[in-house]
Amino acid sequence: MSDEPVSEPEPETPEAPAEDVVIADEEALRNAIAEHDAGVDREVRRLTRRGFIVGGVAAVAGYGAWKFLRLAHREGGVPWPLRRGLEANERISEAYFSTHRLARTFPPAAITNARINGGEGLEANYDPAHWRLRVEGIDGQAPATLTMSDIQSFPRRDMITELKCIEGWSIIVHWTGTRLSDLMQKFPPPRGTKYVAMESPGNGYYVGLDMLSCLHPQTLLAYGINGAPLSWQHGASLRLSMPVKYGYKQIKRIATIRYTNVRPPDFWAERGYDWYGGH
Amino acid sequence: MKTLEKKHPRAIRWFHWINFPILALMVWSGLMIYWANPVFRVGAGKHTLVKMTVAEKTWEKTHMAFRLAEGLSLHFFFMWFFAINGILYVLYTIFSGEWRYLVPDRRSLKEAFLVVLHDLHLRKEAPPQRKYNAAQRISYTAIVLMGLGSLLTGLAIYKPVQFGWLTFLFGGYAMARFFHFWITVGYVAFFVVHIAQVIKTGWNNFRAMVIGYEVHDV
Repeated sequence: MSDEPVSEPEPETPEAPAEDVVIADEEALRNAIAEHDAGVDREVRRLTRRGFIVGGVAAVAGYGAWKFLRLAHREGGVPWPLRRGLEANERISEAYFSTHRLARTFPPAAITNARINGGEGLEANYDPAHWRLRVEGIDGQAPATLTMSDIQSFPRRDMITELKCIEGWSIIVHWTGTRLSDLMQKFPPPRGTKYVAMESPGNGYYVGLDMLSCLHPQTLLAYGINGAPLSWQHGASLRLSMPVKYGYKQIKRIATIRYTNVRPPDFWAERGYDWYGGH
Repeated sequence: MKTLEKKHPRAIRWFHWINFPILALMVWSGLMIYWANPVFRVGAGKHTLVKMTVAEKTWEKTHMAFRLAEGLSLHFFFMWFFAINGILYVLYTIFSGEWRYLVPDRRSLKEAFLVVLHDLHLRKEAPPQRKYNAAQRISYTAIVLMGLGSLLTGLAIYKPVQFGWLTFLFGGYAMARFFHFWITVGYVAFFVVHIAQVIKTGWNNFRAMVIGYEVHDV
C-alpha cells in the first residue's frame, strides 16, 4: 500500500476530443463522446454526493443547535442563551446610550387617546391621601419619605412624547411631573451606583433601571397626564414617564425608589422580557 | 456532449443556505411579535380590503399566540446572525466581482419584462442571459435592498431615541413598523415565486446551489 496522500481531484471537464484529429470513423467519435459524457456523469455524481453530505451534516448541526437552544434551561422565562443575548444587547445599548439624545417631542394636536394597559401593582383600595414616596439608599443618609407637595416643590416639567408599548402600539401623551434627576440631585445615590429599583405599594409591581436612563432629562416622575392629575388606572399618585424605555418599565404608583448595586428584579424581565427595555 | 460548468461560488452557496433558516426564524419570531398588535391592513382610508391578521382561534391553534416575549428574545438574538451573514454576502459579491452578474443594468428592466412574458408562455424566446436573467438580477438585488431595509427599519424600531434620526427618516415609529412589516410580507412573496421558479427550472439548477456546478449539453 502506498503512503502517498490521495489528492482529491479538482472537478474538471475531461478534455474534449481535439478538433484537428482526423476522425476516420464516426463510431470512434461517438465512443469518444460517450466516454467523455460518462466521465462528466461520474464527476457530477461525486460532487453531488459530497455536496449533499456536507449540506446534510450542516443541516443536522443546525438542527442540533436549535434543539439545544429550545431545551436549554430557562432564566427569567427564556432559554439561557437568549437571556445572554438580551444582556449582550443591553451592554451594547448602554455603551451607546447618551443622555443628550432626546426622544422626539410632539405638538399638542398630536396627542392620542391615552390607552390603559396593565394593572399590576394597582390594588383597588388605594387611598391617595396616604401616599408617600420612600427613597432608600441615599448617600450617607437615612431613607427619606416624601409627600406629593414635596414632589411638586421640584421644578415642574411638561413634555409631549410617545409612549411605546412592547406589544407594538404607541401613544402620544402629555406628561406633567418632575425630573427624576432633580430628585436624585437632592437625594443623591452614592457615587458609582449602578441601578435604581422602583416598587409599587406592597411590591405588586417592580422595575429595575440602569442609572444612565434615570439621569436622562426626559425621565419624569409624573403626576399629571394630558393636563389632568394622574387617574387611578394611569398610576396615581406618581408614576414613571420615561421615553427612553418601553412602557413596561414605566412603573405606575411608585411607592419606593431604591439606589442599589445589586441588579434589581424586574416584573416583566422575570416573565421572559428584556431587563433593559431601552430605546 | 456534456460539460460541467461552475455556477455558484462556495461562499455564495453558504451565505444562501445559512440565510434561509435564519430569515425563516426572523419571520417566525416576527410573527409572534406582530400577533401582540396585528394592526396592518390593505386598504385606503376607511375602506379595508384585507386585514393582515387571522382569527384569534387560528393564532391559538397554530400555537403562535401569547408568545411575545419568546418572539422578542429570538428576534433580538438572530438579528445579529441575519445582519452579519447579509453584510458578509454583500462584501463578498463586491470583492469577488460576483456583483456583475447580480446587479441590473440599463437593459434589465426591458429584458425582465420579456422574461416574465416568456415564463407566462406568452413569448417563445427568452432574452439572452449570463448567469442570471434580467428578472433574476432585479429580484436578487431587490431582496438584498429589502434586507438592508429590514435592518434599518428594525434599528429604527429597536432604538427610536438613540437612533431617532433614523426613526424620523422613516416617518416616525409607527411608520418604521409599517415598513418593517411590509418588507417581511415581501420576503414571503419572494419565497413563493422563488420556490416555484426553482421547481420549474429543475434539478440541475437546484443542485448547482448545493454543489456549485451545473451540467450543460453542448
